[in-house]
Amino acid sequence: MSFNIVVLAKQVIDPEAPSASYRIDGSAGKLEVDSSQKIAPVINGFCENAIEAALQIKEAVGDATVSVISAGSDFVMDVMKKAVSMGSDEMYLLQDEKFSNLNDSSITAKLLATAIQKIGEYDLVLAGMQASDWDQAQVPLGIAEILGVPCVPIARKIEIKDGRAICERATDAGYETVSAPLPSVITVNNEFGQPRYPTLRNIMAAARKTPITWDAAELGLSDDDLSPRIKIVDLFIPEKQSQCEIIEGEDEEEMGRNLALKMREAKLI
Amino acid sequence: MSEILLVGEVNGGNLAEATAELIAHGKPLAESLTSSISVALLDQDSTSAAQEAISQGADKVYNIKDSLLGTYQTDAYLASLAKLIQEINPIAVLISKTEIGADIGARLAFRVDTGIVQDCIEVSVNSDNKIQANRPVFGGNCMATVVCESTPMMALIRPKTKEALEADTSRSGDVVDYNADLDESVIKNQVVERVEEVQEGIRLEDAARIVGGGRGMNGPEPFDNELKDLADTMGAAIGASRAAVDIGWVPYSYQIGLTGKKVAPDLYLLVGISGASQHMAGCSGSKNLVAINKDPDANIFRDARFGVVGDWEKVLPALTQQLKELM
Ligand SMILES: Cc1cc2nc3c(=O)[nH]c(=O)nc-3n(C[C@H](O)[C@H](O)[C@H](O)COP(=O)(O)OP(=O)(O)OC[C@H]3O[C@@H](n4cnc5c(N)ncnc54)[C@H](O)[C@@H]3O)c2cc1C
Ligand SMILES: Cc1cc2nc3c(=O)[nH]c(=O)nc-3n(C[C@H](O)[C@H](O)[C@H](O)COP(=O)(O)OP(=O)(O)OC[C@H]3O[C@@H](n4cnc5c(N)ncnc54)[C@H](O)[C@@H]3O)c2cc1C
Repeated sequence: MSFNIVVLAKQVIDPEAPSASYRIDGSAGKLEVDSSQKIAPVINGFCENAIEAALQIKEAVGDATVSVISAGSDFVMDVMKKAVSMGSDEMYLLQDEKFSNLNDSSITAKLLATAIQKIGEYDLVLAGMQASDWDQAQVPLGIAEILGVPCVPIARKIEIKDGRAICERATDAGYETVSAPLPSVITVNNEFGQPRYPTLRNIMAAARKTPITWDAAELGLSDDDLSPRIKIVDLFIPEKQSQCEIIEGEDEEEMGRNLALKMREAKLI
Repeated sequence: MSEILLVGEVNGGNLAEATAELIAHGKPLAESLTSSISVALLDQDSTSAAQEAISQGADKVYNIKDSLLGTYQTDAYLASLAKLIQEINPIAVLISKTEIGADIGARLAFRVDTGIVQDCIEVSVNSDNKIQANRPVFGGNCMATVVCESTPMMALIRPKTKEALEADTSRSGDVVDYNADLDESVIKNQVVERVEEVQEGIRLEDAARIVGGGRGMNGPEPFDNELKDLADTMGAAIGASRAAVDIGWVPYSYQIGLTGKKVAPDLYLLVGISGASQHMAGCSGSKNLVAINKDPDANIFRDARFGVVGDWEKVLPALTQQLKELM
């Protein structure tokens, strides 16, 4: 029987986009990049790590299917295609105008959990440890609670053995190895190695594949299911005043010496 | 009177610093909501920690007891906290975003069926008597103000964003034992092994002084030589940016930032680090930032108190030499 892996991948604003390019609607909690800047969105970095992890696991277990799910309202297909051209088998896009501003991660989790159940049998759900836009690091943890399955956050190594996922995760003091019975939800960090580049063959294959799209109605979600429990009342760029004192000197060596003297004078050392 | 429940932590028998800070965050909320502060401790024998929590400002301490609660195990912690919350019905639950807090916060919220505000740096009560928080988003480039609309109102608060109150040992409060009565079946995950990697020298999170290196170090060697020499001279711990970690110059345990360690030393000296918001998210609580960077337009000079615009290969040896003479 095939081993079914579901990967959750989010489309985000490129985290490298300069903050000067942001267009913010504070009270709506909306942030977009100025369209004239032509900065394309990207697949969240940790989600690419999760796809990479899924493909490594697929190689290790042999007979496996990797399905990618993403929820949002305006997908850029050229961007999302990468998930498939890296080597995934299927892509599901949960797309609805109602998903444009998911203001509470419990809704996002409900949406994705519903889709996972709709797909059917799954052995492993992989997700990024954190999305680079809203930085919650909690959607996958919520999904595990909804599905009632174990969860291992922030793994850096996963081995599938005897119906369990053996995960290594970094801790403050070092690392730990956790064994979770399958099915389970695991989030990954960036220690799985560089996400692979799509091969020409996979790019061609991806071009022929149409993603499966579901909207709120098809997922059986009512407006009540989508009502938030937290409210965003403002979004702003904090003001910062620079008051850096630049240390002068004849040459860089003298600047170094002067910095030592300055730090002593300011009682920093 | 309604209660605000704080999830406490114990460190080597003592109340964790993060919990003392959490009490400081909770106090003004309790005043506005005319509630009391309760702290849940999940350590088996934390009698002194309970008293410490009271000295720090708690009105009540729940000592949660269960044979499954020896060392930290997520499933057991989650199950017992969920049980306590369902039983005492607090108006709010505050958790510090420590390693344990980040692990249980979101799941606890889902389990008791409420929303949670993540990674807050400031919490207050708004005019509707709702908890409102400021939280950095977009890697720290933006700030969002978020309000809890469901009960219990839950917030995960970033450590080192508020100083603990002065301990008052004359304060008294209730210490209540709470038997979680867990069924062994709640434990799903098995911790196979836990390895402590002894990092040489001072722990980053505890260090009063830190020297950090970034991509501008141009290789792993300077971390063992020039940077280490400087750190040893200053009695500082060594940290790094994610760029330096990703290239493999230093292990992940060195990483400071949004997805690394959160530090708040008295002095953080950054060398060859540009000052990306995601890096600053891990060190914004530092009292003094000093930067050495060859690019005068580097972002780091917007945050630093003192800066040297120059090549560290020339600046560092002279700085270290001068420090040696001063110390
Ligand atoms: C300004 C602002 C502040 C917010 N503050 C809060 C808050 O404090 N508390 C709260 O509960 N919600 C909050 N939200 C809502 C929350 O950001 C959204 O619900 C979001 O969809 C989930 O959070 P995240 O993007 O940070 O994901 P994370 O939880 O950080 O994502 C982790 C992983 O989950 C998966 N994942 C997440 N979203 C998707 C998706 N759409 N499609 C596929 N996979 C996905 C990915 O694998 C990702 O790597 C806020 C939203 C905004 C705009
Ligand atoms: C979701 C997400 C999470 C992230 N989490 C983190 C995190 O936890 N921690 C983190 O650090 N980053 C994090 N990042 C990455 C972050 O955005 C930056 O890419 C990273 O911090 C850059 O590291 P750096 O400053 O070392 O490198 P660079 O930005 O490349 O800066 C190198 C600096 O060195 C200077 N330099 C070069 N040579 C010399 C010399 N000889 N002498 C003096 N100066 C020199 C240059 O002028 C430059 O300013 C995250 C990013 C994302 C998207």
